[in-house]
Amino acid sequence: MKPLPDIDTAPTIADEAAVNPVAGIDQTKGDFQYKVDYAFDAGTGLTEDTVRYISSVKKEEPWLLDFRLKALKTFLEKPMPTHWATKDLENIDFDKIRYYLAQGQKPKRTWDEVPDDIKQTFERLGIPEQERKFLAGVEAQFDSEAAYSNIKEIVAKQGVIFVNSTEGLREHPEIFRKFFGKVIPTGDNKFSALNSAVFSGGSFIYVPPGVKVAQPLQAYFRINAENFGQFERTLIIADEGSEVVYMEGCTAPKFSTSTLHSAVVELVALKGAKIQYITVQNWANNVFNLVTKRAVAHEEAEVKWIDCNIGSRLTMKYPGVVLKGRKARGEVISIALANDGQHQDTGAKMIHAADDTTSVVVSKSISVGQGRATYRGQVHIPRHLKGCKNNTECDALLINTNSRTDTYPAITVRGDKNATQHEASVSKVSEDMIFYMQSRGLTEAQAMSLAVNGFINDLARQFPMEYSVELKRLIDLEMEGSVG
Amino acid sequence: MSVSSPTAAVGSFTQAAFDAHLAKVSHLPAWWLDRKRAAYERFAVAPMPKRTNEGWRFSNLAALTLDGFNPAPAACPFAQMDHHELGVTGAGHLVFANNRLVASQPLAAEAAKQGIIFDTLQNALLKHGDLVRAHLLTQPSKLGSDKFAALHEAFLEDGAFIHVPKGVTAPLPVGVFHYACGDGTAVFPHTLVIAEDNAKITVADFFRTGSGASPAPRAFACGGNDLYAGHGASVTYVAMQDWSRETLSFQFNATLARRDARVLSLNLHAGARQARHESFSQLAAPGAHSEMLALTVAHGTQEFDQRTLQIHQAPNTSSNLLYKNALLDQAKTIFSGLIVVDADAQKTDAYQSNRNLMLSDDAEAHSLPGLEIQANDVRCTHGATSARIDREQEFYLESRGIKPAQAQELLVFGFFEEVLGKIEHQELHDTLTDIIREKFRA
Repeated sequence: MKPLPDIDTAPTIADEAAVNPVAGIDQTKGDFQYKVDYAFDAGTGLTEDTVRYISSVKKEEPWLLDFRLKALKTFLEKPMPTHWATKDLENIDFDKIRYYLAQGQKPKRTWDEVPDDIKQTFERLGIPEQERKFLAGVEAQFDSEAAYSNIKEIVAKQGVIFVNSTEGLREHPEIFRKFFGKVIPTGDNKFSALNSAVFSGGSFIYVPPGVKVAQPLQAYFRINAENFGQFERTLIIADEGSEVVYMEGCTAPKFSTSTLHSAVVELVALKGAKIQYITVQNWANNVFNLVTKRAVAHEEAEVKWIDCNIGSRLTMKYPGVVLKGRKARGEVISIALANDGQHQDTGAKMIHAADDTTSVVVSKSISVGQGRATYRGQVHIPRHLKGCKNNTECDALLINTNSRTDTYPAITVRGDKNATQHEASVSKVSEDMIFYMQSRGLTEAQAMSLAVNGFINDLARQFPMEYSVELKRLIDLEMEGSVG
Repeated sequence: MSVSSPTAAVGSFTQAAFDAHLAKVSHLPAWWLDRKRAAYERFAVAPMPKRTNEGWRFSNLAALTLDGFNPAPAACPFAQMDHHELGVTGAGHLVFANNRLVASQPLAAEAAKQGIIFDTLQNALLKHGDLVRAHLLTQPSKLGSDKFAALHEAFLEDGAFIHVPKGVTAPLPVGVFHYACGDGTAVFPHTLVIAEDNAKITVADFFRTGSGASPAPRAFACGGNDLYAGHGASVTYVAMQDWSRETLSFQFNATLARRDARVLSLNLHAGARQARHESFSQLAAPGAHSEMLALTVAHGTQEFDQRTLQIHQAPNTSSNLLYKNALLDQAKTIFSGLIVVDADAQKTDAYQSNRNLMLSDDAEAHSLPGLEIQANDVRCTHGATSARIDREQEFYLESRGIKPAQAQELLVFGFFEEVLGKIEHQELHDTLTDIIREKFRA
């Protein structure tokens, strides 16, 4: 093995063009930049040196460096999955992307410099004052130390480990190494390999047997510049009979200077455990959001993914559950909203690997303007199982005449002791409904917003209250100017 | 372009075999021979389907060999064949064996007087060249079998041609029989149906192996049909595929429905070792309707691979797809369907449904129902289910003293009747029912 590169001699940025990886891409939401001095910066482009550099900055053990290097090799070998996925993936320029940044200093931007329309967006979404500064990039870190340590203190008393991935691997290798990379192997797909090579940030959570974590754990609260990192890696282990709810993201637009976000999230629900994982994604319109999320549910365990995608240029994300133990249950609730220039390619995977396992997929998508929403799903029930059931429902709502939606499910059933059901429908907002509301004095846009909110209402209700309120406001916002 | 290109397999269908085939049909119009030559070129350079081809997802690619077949099988005398006039007694018949016409019964005098043409494709190419040129194999192959569709066009020797003039209703269905006799035989059946404006016709295609020889002869069947329905026309097409259990079968359908036209096609799949069926419906003008139906009885280790595409190109069009599969033993079925609604095809009403009845613990059903919608004022739904017979219904019948085997048969026929009931012609309906019953009792 080559000696680790010294930090001082790490790749540096040659010219200004390379510094801004979003140059040349239309950024309607995130078109502001600010000068930030990064303490650690791996430069642009991806080579073995980049990976060694990241590993050395994080002071990782040799096995992890090996893991990263192998992953890099896999990433480089794997072709783009464009034989089934959108050709837009070919527009990702891997050489212009920064693979590692660690912020050392606060940005120099002030609140006064934040554009008015962004301030208005925060206002209308009802984002707390403190959080706004963080989201707008005024503060490098969201100042909620008090709230964070409070939660951490409460859960730590129960024996819950809630740390970032670097800390988790360093301080609790006995727990995390056992499960790390096991649910989603490096070679699962090109982007899981990429994440395995360059990951930083994300959460590591371990919930001891029988512990029911009372409040949802939020990545949001954790103070860490890596929080909204491009290549976060999250691993949650719920030991026997435990329960935990985890939330990531927020409904406010996230301004990002990176064009590629590729996370890997692995969940392990041991016997009788329950995990609920809630995501609200609202990346800027220039971001490729290519995420691999999968859970393993052991005997009588329950895993529920609640996944809401509003932002990004292209999202490809199919949360999955491998139902490994008898009577395990998997559920995916998915909401996608695709506006002009966006493609939300989302769905679910349910792999039944034991008897009497059940799974439910409910997906609702809304296409606005020239937006494109795609449902892609897989249900797999292999031979000689019995009592497995899957129910899938996909509803798509098209707002404008040029909106687009697709549905591509794949269902495999073997044997005569299981049952699957898949149903999908595509429709537009009922004219009668709009007419009725307009006759009651609502404008067409208000009526449309109300109808769209009604369409997703039964799913939105499953979100925590503050999220569902923000989601509703966000839909109002997105629907503006889409009619009339 | 070289035929011996290392990337593309031609199997038994070599350049020499193609040249020999061309020599046999050299009396046909030059444009047709040119098209055949171009088709052979496409076939010879196209690679075999690969694992990464989405259009072949879940298919058994290893068994798609083109080796060991006879592209020019010897004639098969009619007397040696086990021919039945299935389902269309009294109507016009054409009987083909090993790509050649062996028997025929002309249309009733009344039908002929109305100007209905029912003839072989070879005769039509000579006598009605322009009609054939406008409709024969003119639709693109969009469902993955470009290579095999090109092979079909290259080696297509003869088939049936049906033309119904404007405003004419054919009094009876017409029947076309295709037989493959002998081991290794390659057949390329084709049926071309042209229903002019406001015409009406029912056509039945039967695909069978010539005799009940044992062991079952190994055959290669690569057939197609073109269904054209002019303004306000109505075409009903029924195909019964009952090749020997050692046959590799391809069937390509292209349906084009014009303004207010209505096309119903029903495919019964019973035979072959591995059978791929591609059905492509174009709803080209307002008011067009396509009814796409299929029934499959899958036994033993049979594989039925069905791929469909319904394209709505104009406003106010409708389509309804219902594919029902019954799976026994270690059989495998694949249904992959796609509804495409073009941007200006507002007020489309499209439905797609795949129901798999699992009758064995070793059977395997794959369902890939898809939608691609680019217009907003539409009603598009699809559904797919895979399950066994409802235990409660079974219990109810048994509680009434009906034996389990009989109860199962009744419930399976109940499952199929939803599709069979759409066939208005009673004799055809009964024939289909009989074939299914025979398959179940075998």
